[in-house]
Amino acid sequence: MKNKMTVVEGSYTVAHSVKVCRPNVISAYPITPQTHIVEDLSQFMADGEIPNCEYINVESEFSAISALVGASAAGARTYSSTTSQGLELMHEVLFNVSGMRLPVVMTVANRAVSAPINIWNDQQDSISQRDTGWIQLYAEDTQEAGDMTAQAFKVAEEREVKLPAMVCMDGFILSHVYEPVILLEQDLTDEYLPKYEPEYFLDTKNPMTFGAFADPTTYTEFRYLQQKAMDNALEKIEKAADDFNKIFGRYYGGLIDTYKTEDAEIIIMAMGSIIGTIKDVIDKVRSDGIKVGLVKVRSFRPFPVEAIRKALAEASVVVTLDKNISLGLNEGALLTEVKSSLYNTDINVPVMGFMLGHGGRDIPRRTIRMIIDKAKDTMRSGIAVESEFADLRGDLV
Amino acid sequence: MSRLAPGHRGCAGCCDAMAANFVLEAVGDDAIVVSPTGCLEVMTTPYPESSWEVPWIHSLFENAAAVASGVDAALKAMGRKGNTKVVAIGGDGATLDIGLQAISGAFERGDDITYVCVDNEAYMNTGVQRSGATPYGASTTTSPAGKQSFGNPRPKKNMPAILVAHDSPYVATTSISYPKDMIRKVKKAVDIEGPTYVHAHAPCTTGWKFDTSKTVEVGKLAVETALWPMYEMENGELSNVRKVKNRKPVEDYLKSQGRFKHLFTMDGGKDEITKIQAIADWNVKHYGLE
Repeated sequence: MKNKMTVVEGSYTVAHSVKVCRPNVISAYPITPQTHIVEDLSQFMADGEIPNCEYINVESEFSAISALVGASAAGARTYSSTTSQGLELMHEVLFNVSGMRLPVVMTVANRAVSAPINIWNDQQDSISQRDTGWIQLYAEDTQEAGDMTAQAFKVAEEREVKLPAMVCMDGFILSHVYEPVILLEQDLTDEYLPKYEPEYFLDTKNPMTFGAFADPTTYTEFRYLQQKAMDNALEKIEKAADDFNKIFGRYYGGLIDTYKTEDAEIIIMAMGSIIGTIKDVIDKVRSDGIKVGLVKVRSFRPFPVEAIRKALAEASVVVTLDKNISLGLNEGALLTEVKSSLYNTDINVPVMGFMLGHGGRDIPRRTIRMIIDKAKDTMRSGIAVESEFADLRGDLV
Repeated sequence: MSRLAPGHRGCAGCCDAMAANFVLEAVGDDAIVVSPTGCLEVMTTPYPESSWEVPWIHSLFENAAAVASGVDAALKAMGRKGNTKVVAIGGDGATLDIGLQAISGAFERGDDITYVCVDNEAYMNTGVQRSGATPYGASTTTSPAGKQSFGNPRPKKNMPAILVAHDSPYVATTSISYPKDMIRKVKKAVDIEGPTYVHAHAPCTTGWKFDTSKTVEVGKLAVETALWPMYEMENGELSNVRKVKNRKPVEDYLKSQGRFKHLFTMDGGKDEITKIQAIADWNVKHYGLE
């Protein structure tokens, strides 16, 4: 039966997607709030539900991703999942995976980083891996997180891309929520995602050297080609979303998605589960006559500069929301990237940024409403403060 | 039979090149080799050249064992395992120090890999800094002899014992100065299912400071003085020991290398040599070398 909805936990939705994508090697280390994903996958393995697959129970995240370097280089479709401290521990290997052009797919159940230690959601962990050469996609809800997993394999394994991809889903908010979803059907997934057949792999019949060292005469070109692959990924991410829509009938945007932006004077930009809250508030304030729209950024790397310029061209003020901060710049990453995208263009629109939701602090509708009110002030009188915390507790500082 | 192709950038008298050749001879063509960062990796794979005629992968300094586990898992999952051997070849720093955790994980899981440590007793690739494998009294650039120092103040970490403690079915020590012994042990290691370990003592002409023609000779002296015991442990039991006939005093080994030169010139150096002799004596007793 097709299109049957079922109520499951977000982690299960993702684990199911991984299963039907037919991975050959899964390697992971448990860490809150990613644990339910790897537990579900372990149960699938225990029940013999993932054929032609090995699950490696490693002793650290460092080895989790390292094992996938070997497995992916040997020609396997590979998957891992982590978050926060685990992702930070992987940092060195992340560069290695992308530099070796291995299409590993990994779910990041976004969580704050220590110190102070905190297990709740923000996006500092994945944002801190921005320059590691991984594609980074951000999901709005659990259905999208599950569907995006298949899309990530599709994009990562494209011949013109061959880059690893992170599917980022907000920890707890999405990983632990029970929502009605349509789990990916095996037959449709097989149609969408063909068998992974790499051109180059560790093959005793055709020996090749992987991971050679490059001196100053060749190193630059490796980096250049990685950037070209990121450029190629822009189109492939759009295509993966379109192809997915054709087969499964679901679409969430490609590089970005827009909500009521056509006539919007104020455009809010954000990533992840906060999108749903913003849409609610937009519906409410539009009934009060305030023209607000939303640009949801699905792909943070590659950053969709052209798509964003186009979406923001007619806005009077742009507002970015970030669950992260670059300490020492007092800006979230989205603010920095959006301002950078608009510089040297004809689009002269004020951009203001708000940092919020750090360490799992709840983001109620009134916070979004307050931000919209500040954007209205900016429309009238220009920017007073370019970047600030939206939900700072004055009584503590 | 695969060998390391000529043209690599190893020093004259390089122990790593010898070790790689012996491992390749032992494992044959149906093998995938994993190398951590180190001399062997740097000297054999300056892009776009490679000395490897078997599939070879280098990832990072500390993760060779995990990478090898991943290769093994992929071959099994995709039905390509057959008789293919997955072999990691790492230096002592990559093995005893920075890569220890990944090795522990792979051995605890029982992955079907063989790990060969080529132990030249310091970080030679970066200029002879001490490692956990540097022997007592050796002068290195980070454990130099000086007015208040006789060189490295600690004995070698006993890596084979650590892997015996992981219930490895086969742990052996050998030396690049005994090619037949090394080839036999590596061959045995790869033929045994599960995680197996061969630890090869490997004199480094650059780091130990001896003439490039003396690599094999110096390695033999380590065995003949009982400073490097050669043995096999199968399923936790000592199954074979290379006996040392007409054992030589440790001075014969120490004076062959510049890294121990200070022990023969400094006040108190004699006492230090006595301590090193005690290490050799302990080896004789512990492993039954005589």
